Amino acid sequence: MSKYKKVLAALAMGGFFTASAPAAQADDLTLCWAAWDPANALVELSKEFESQSGHKMNFEFVPWPNFADRMLNELNSGGKLCDLLIGDSQWIGGGAENGHYVKLNDFFDKEGISMNDFAPATVYAYSTWPKGTPNYYALPAMGDANGWFYRKDWFQRDDIKAAYKAATGQELGEPKTQKEMLQIAQFFQGREIDGKTVYGAAIFTERGSEGITMGVTSALYPWGFKYENTPGKYDMQGAVNSPEAVEALDFYKQFYKTATPPGYTNSYMGESLDAFKSGQVAMAMNWFAFFPGLYADPNTGGDKIDFFVNPPQNQAGSTLGGQGISVVSYSEKKDAALEYIKWFSQPSVQAKWWELGGYSAHNSVLNDPGFVKSQPFAGDFLEAMGAVQDFWQEPAYAELLLAMQKRVHDFVVADKGTAKEALDLLIEDWTEVFEDEGKL
Amino acid sequence: MERVASATPSPIAHSVRGLSDRAIAWVFVAPTIFLLLAINIFPLIWTIQLSFTNYKANRIGREVKNVGLRNYERILTDTDIWLNMQATAHFLFWTIALQVLIGFALAWLINKKFKGNDLWTTIIVLPMMLSPAVVGNFWKFLYQPQIGLFNYIISFFTGVEPSSFQMLGQVNLAPWSIVIVDTWMWTPFVMLICLAGLRSIPDYIYEAAEIDRASKWRQFWTITVPMVMPFLMLAVLFRGIENFKMFDLVVQLTGGGPGSTTELTSINLKREAFEKWRTGYASAYAIILFVTVFGLASIYVKALNKVKER
Amino acid sequence: MSSFSVTDTSSRTKRIAGTLVIVYALITMLPLVWIGATGFKSPADAISYPPKVVFSPTLEGYVNLFTTRTRQTQEYLQNNPPTNWADEIVRQYDMVIVGPSKFGERFLNSVIIGFGSTFLSIFLGTLAAYAFSRFKIPLADDLLFFILSTRMMPPIAVAIPIFLMYRNLGLSDTHLGMILLYTAVNISLAVWLLKGFIDEIPREYEEAALIDGYTRFQAFYKVVLPQAATGIASTAIFCLIFAWNEYAFAVLLTSATAQTAPPFIPTIIGIGGLDWPAVAAGATLFLLPVMIFTIMLRKHLLRGITFGAVRK
Repeated sequence: MSKYKKVLAALAMGGFFTASAPAAQADDLTLCWAAWDPANALVELSKEFESQSGHKMNFEFVPWPNFADRMLNELNSGGKLCDLLIGDSQWIGGGAENGHYVKLNDFFDKEGISMNDFAPATVYAYSTWPKGTPNYYALPAMGDANGWFYRKDWFQRDDIKAAYKAATGQELGEPKTQKEMLQIAQFFQGREIDGKTVYGAAIFTERGSEGITMGVTSALYPWGFKYENTPGKYDMQGAVNSPEAVEALDFYKQFYKTATPPGYTNSYMGESLDAFKSGQVAMAMNWFAFFPGLYADPNTGGDKIDFFVNPPQNQAGSTLGGQGISVVSYSEKKDAALEYIKWFSQPSVQAKWWELGGYSAHNSVLNDPGFVKSQPFAGDFLEAMGAVQDFWQEPAYAELLLAMQKRVHDFVVADKGTAKEALDLLIEDWTEVFEDEGKL
Repeated sequence: MERVASATPSPIAHSVRGLSDRAIAWVFVAPTIFLLLAINIFPLIWTIQLSFTNYKANRIGREVKNVGLRNYERILTDTDIWLNMQATAHFLFWTIALQVLIGFALAWLINKKFKGNDLWTTIIVLPMMLSPAVVGNFWKFLYQPQIGLFNYIISFFTGVEPSSFQMLGQVNLAPWSIVIVDTWMWTPFVMLICLAGLRSIPDYIYEAAEIDRASKWRQFWTITVPMVMPFLMLAVLFRGIENFKMFDLVVQLTGGGPGSTTELTSINLKREAFEKWRTGYASAYAIILFVTVFGLASIYVKALNKVKER
Repeated sequence: MSSFSVTDTSSRTKRIAGTLVIVYALITMLPLVWIGATGFKSPADAISYPPKVVFSPTLEGYVNLFTTRTRQTQEYLQNNPPTNWADEIVRQYDMVIVGPSKFGERFLNSVIIGFGSTFLSIFLGTLAAYAFSRFKIPLADDLLFFILSTRMMPPIAVAIPIFLMYRNLGLSDTHLGMILLYTAVNISLAVWLLKGFIDEIPREYEEAALIDGYTRFQAFYKVVLPQAATGIASTAIFCLIFAWNEYAFAVLLTSATAQTAPPFIPTIIGIGGLDWPAVAAGATLFLLPVMIFTIMLRKHLLRGITFGAVRK
């Protein structure tokens, strides 16, 4: 009995010690990000920093479905886990106003880091708060947008091309509009290819985090959706529920109902990749961040894949992804963390970052004459970044996002009400949030 | 043993040596009470206090205002929350109904004491011992219409196309998908309790009935069912409380979707408290849930005691 | 009483009952068997449609569960041949193993927090149960009911103030915080169960010991505890299983340091997509100890469940 107790006591005490021992030494930095392909590339890239600075880098990568939950929870509990955080673009408002992120202006001035060296869309989206003002809380780390990829081998097969021509009277190729894309997807839906039934396209429908909002905005923006009539006034009536927005939302639902594989009712990045890699779909939407990995895939990559930017409808428009890198204000190693940012901002490091599969936002990389040819999706990336729009970046962004997740999912997947009603309800929800915030 | 029989404890003898009984009683109980005060009661009081404010745990510098009963008013008049309550009620009703039916039937069969019933009982019990989150996550995989096993098995027996229905994604099926998994996990619990009930019925009651020439059917309804009833009601109470609190299994399976079809109250509460960070509002919500479950359980226990007395 | 009993069941009825129960048991086992099998599939086999019943087993899922990998250039791959069998498996995706995954740590956290909280619940629970069983404590019934009623709160509701409290005390994401919390949740059941076991031990044993010159504490320690050992062990198993399986608190209150396996396993992702074989491998390793436990200790365990519930 006493022996048994001792073992348990030892176990329990072990717990106490690990809990109270300092998490890391002074030159041990922890960088937090989502667990995905580019994160692995960053580990590789950071080895150079470790050997140059003598600091040791640790990484905490959280899978996407839990990333926001875990990291915002971490920030809100004043956690010291992350010294550096590559946080989602929408967090910048909260990060700045609640004091989670260190303001970087003085540091940039001192080190001669200029935000003019980075693509303007990325600086606006990932670094500034209030939006567009020269107050920087992050350095653009990873440019990203929602794009598309498709089975080039299928699109080039003569029998399929002929069948498409017969069915629609048009040539099969990369779609030039949203509606053409739907037509192609519907053409593939349920078609037999090599003895297997395939489907049109995998799109985002996830309910839990941000999935369906990121998917549906990829239709809303090209139709000309606006969050406010006048920026900064929160006057959403007539903007959020404009006839264009209603049409776009109906379009997304039609896409979901008529051109996606069965069971893709709650799917986001992972499911989209699964659908494509298992040969179920002709097209799929996903973040550019995954494109290097898709291109390298032994089964569906290489010659079998190609990429295109989110097609325009009334105008060009892509949903913004991507992140800036920030220093967490609760960190006890801010100087070393800033050192990392300084190192990361160098053009040579940025060039290597792109080479390893990260999307640099640095002008020296993007404007390089060889850039467009360097990867099959590089040109599309530049085009997408030219017309990106982002969700609200308000400090109350989570409430705004969850309201949209609910209203859109209720309409698109759960068949509740009409598109107009969904958007009207969304305005009600958002108005309530802004009232609570004292902004309305 | 013999000593025991002969000795009469003298009350004085106790208190002379070591601590008095009274002191020992308090020393033994105090740490537990202290822990419960610190981690159950104090937080509960704090929750009540927060429920009258507009506090947001993620906005540290923001002014906290007393808003009176506004949070309660907002929750009780919110139609979406009533829909969540309905989803919870549907889940509760059907899981309990199915688990009682299947659990009782299984217990009745096992009580026939066939060879090896011990081993098979253990196997049936396995699911309820496992982590609902880990298992629920895997059931999500089993329910995939394209790649999952569930649809193929249904298809094998009924002939419908496996990709023609989506357990987790269809508004009409999703509420059942969570009922099925919960029933799979927790039927054994009801079964075990029923089994204890069946085994508590003394043989002589049946023998007496046999002498009275009561049919087996009559014996079942006049002896077995009434004798097992208190046990069954207890099982229902336990399952009811547990499923009212349900979070892990369903959050892994459907995450509340599609739309808000399977958004049970706990899932909704989590969104309010830890995603929207409306702490004050969520506290009021928590109190409402606590009062509901406590109230329902108390009424139920009263009914249970009546059945027992009969 | 005659040797013939009317309640004896005919062998035919027994056979039918046996068959039905076995069929149900097999259906029940199917999802668990499928988890085990998926752990040995390749990612492509795992998501093939229709689902594959026959497949060539691979350890890919287990390799992916325990390692982190990164994509490498052809040049690198050619210059650095694989060093072991695990490396060889990941090479087919142009990847190399760069280090261990977090799974080991999370599993260890589950062990530390599970055993730590079980020990504490049993320690405190046995003392309290003894006191409730043997002494007159004012308002004892109310206290007992109150102790049990604390389990009625949904965990999410409990987590709101705990989150705030732990944030202020610095207990967020610590082993100690989780051990205390799980103890607080478990202790009500522990006291309840243990009081039942101790009630069953005849008081006369202790009283004899007291007469023999033992103090009350010695009597508790040397007489009652050994008698209650079986009860304590089965209560401990319940506490351990609860702590082992718990998800809601773990997902809300832990992050990098003290996160246990249940919130971690569903989030294992591979190269891009969800890595179902690795998820299944993790689930298998996590569920297997409980299954073995259950089968090995079935006598005490099954009695414990009904006992806990049926005692009024």
